[in-house]
Amino acid sequence: MCQDWRSPDGAIVHCTMDPPEAIHTQPAWVLLAYLIAGICFILALRGLSSPESSRRGNRAGMIGMAIAVMTTLVVHRPYAMLAMMRVGGPIRSLQLDILTLIEIGAAMLVGGGIGLVTARKIQMTAMPQLVAAFHSLVGMAAVLVGAAAYLNPEAFGIAVRVTPIYGPSIINIFPQSRIEMGLGVAIGAITFSGSVIAFLKLNGNMSGKPILLPLRHVINLATLAGILGLIAYFTMDQSPWVFFTVMGLSFAIGFLLIIPIGGADMPVVISMLNSYSGWAAAAMGFTLHNSAMIITGALVGSSGAILSYIMCRAMNRSFISVIAGGFGTDGAAAGGGEVIDRAFKRGSAEDAAFLMKQADQVIIVPGYGMAVSQAQHALKEMADKLKAEGVRVKYAIHPVAGRMPGHMNVLLAEANVPYDEVFELEDVNSEFAQTDVAFVIGANDVTNPAAKTDKSSPIYGMPVLDVEKARTVLFVKRSMGGVGYAGVDNELFYRDNTMMLLADAKKMVEEIVKALG
Amino acid sequence: MDFISILSIFVLACFVGYYVVWSVTPALHTPLMSVTNAISSVIVVGALIAAAAAGSASSKWLGLLAVALASVNIFGGFAVTARMLAMYKKRDR
Repeated sequence: MCQDWRSPDGAIVHCTMDPPEAIHTQPAWVLLAYLIAGICFILALRGLSSPESSRRGNRAGMIGMAIAVMTTLVVHRPYAMLAMMRVGGPIRSLQLDILTLIEIGAAMLVGGGIGLVTARKIQMTAMPQLVAAFHSLVGMAAVLVGAAAYLNPEAFGIAVRVTPIYGPSIINIFPQSRIEMGLGVAIGAITFSGSVIAFLKLNGNMSGKPILLPLRHVINLATLAGILGLIAYFTMDQSPWVFFTVMGLSFAIGFLLIIPIGGADMPVVISMLNSYSGWAAAAMGFTLHNSAMIITGALVGSSGAILSYIMCRAMNRSFISVIAGGFGTDGAAAGGGEVIDRAFKRGSAEDAAFLMKQADQVIIVPGYGMAVSQAQHALKEMADKLKAEGVRVKYAIHPVAGRMPGHMNVLLAEANVPYDEVFELEDVNSEFAQTDVAFVIGANDVTNPAAKTDKSSPIYGMPVLDVEKARTVLFVKRSMGGVGYAGVDNELFYRDNTMMLLADAKKMVEEIVKALG
Repeated sequence: MDFISILSIFVLACFVGYYVVWSVTPALHTPLMSVTNAISSVIVVGALIAAAAAGSASSKWLGLLAVALASVNIFGGFAVTARMLAMYKKRDR
């Protein structure tokens, strides 16, 4: 039970409750609770191996978060010191600080409310922006926690108070904690400013074109070296200027790293920032000796890294070249100045409807253009009409179609397309040869046969969908002028078996639906 | 916990993450990103400690702000993931 104790100035502290636990001497049940929270997070990711188990997984994640928050609130409940004058000297007592608890509750209520409303209102086509915005919040939270730990290290149990014979006492942060804190703040700051830029680019507030500063590689490397050097120096000198310079430089490099990256490389960027937000949480977990944070950080960090790898592989580009930036323009804004006039076949919605009605099998290839024109619902209607005519309909998704991993799958799911009609590149690519109609809507580079044949093409070696092997290719495109983000012309347009359907994707699909009767 | 036990947890969790994430179906990569986003807000633990601690007013306010930001992510992240996952349906035949 709780005992009275004597504060350093000699006053008796009358104990009504147990004093707060120090971080490094947490009781076993606390460690166990955080471990269980960590396991719940593993189950949340494990559930995503199939759509059926995924909803259960998501609930496991929520339970894990509730356990982590509750445990923290119980162990680190806020205390206030009440002082009373009694006969025989002042007596103080430690009491639960209700006001602070209310403030914490209010902060959670405000934040949670904003989160819930946003989650409910957001359009599925805007998911990439939303994810980028959420990443920036994790980054900022990591920076704030790091700063709070720096300003009040004793509360986090990462410092010792040294009282010299002369002069005031000094609070010394453990050198190991300084490194962990420095890294956590640096990664958090990079995640924040990088995600803000990614958000602005994805949301269209900022051009998707790469912004290339002169000498940017030199500037970036120097900044990075500066950050690491200062973190090392921080172990010897814990002055505020070191800490806050690390923070400032990290904000700057996050910004510098993302501005040269083009809009179409966003799937890699967004996965990479996902990874960073995980490493930031892990670094903070090291500082706080918290297993839930460390497990989560490792999970999220590896998840983002694997997604970046998958995206890079799907574009046949190295991670370094994506990060170095400068590649590609914004898919929607791209306009090749010197497109040579070549003969191509142009078709109408009626032609397309006729061709597809006659087919045994139609494979639909969606891309970012479908998302831009919100054509997914009309597309589903078209597929239903075709199925009623006895046509087999499948969807083929390239890993980098859209602006984030899995973007197309979510949009099709939103339009109620059953997920077992949607196939990944490697599972469906061999089927184009036995397919009557390939219906390409809003995709371009991921269908370009030049990736297989033309060694001089910038997209050479990138895995593509073999749509040209289908008997007929219907290619929905706004106009002949624009080229894909890679800025290369698509030889597919001029083939004998290709029919161009030049219109807005949604309008064209709606007209086809009408023509199907 | 000493540094080595923490490091062990971290390294083992990286391996778990590696194998678990590779088993995620590509169709669910977007929900994967939003749910990892939600769980990385476990950083709220640090924010709560800072907000509850006595001793430094500035540290407390930074903590409260971090609690609010992380809460946006926790509630928003899980809710948007649930909304997306509810849309994935099998063919009804």
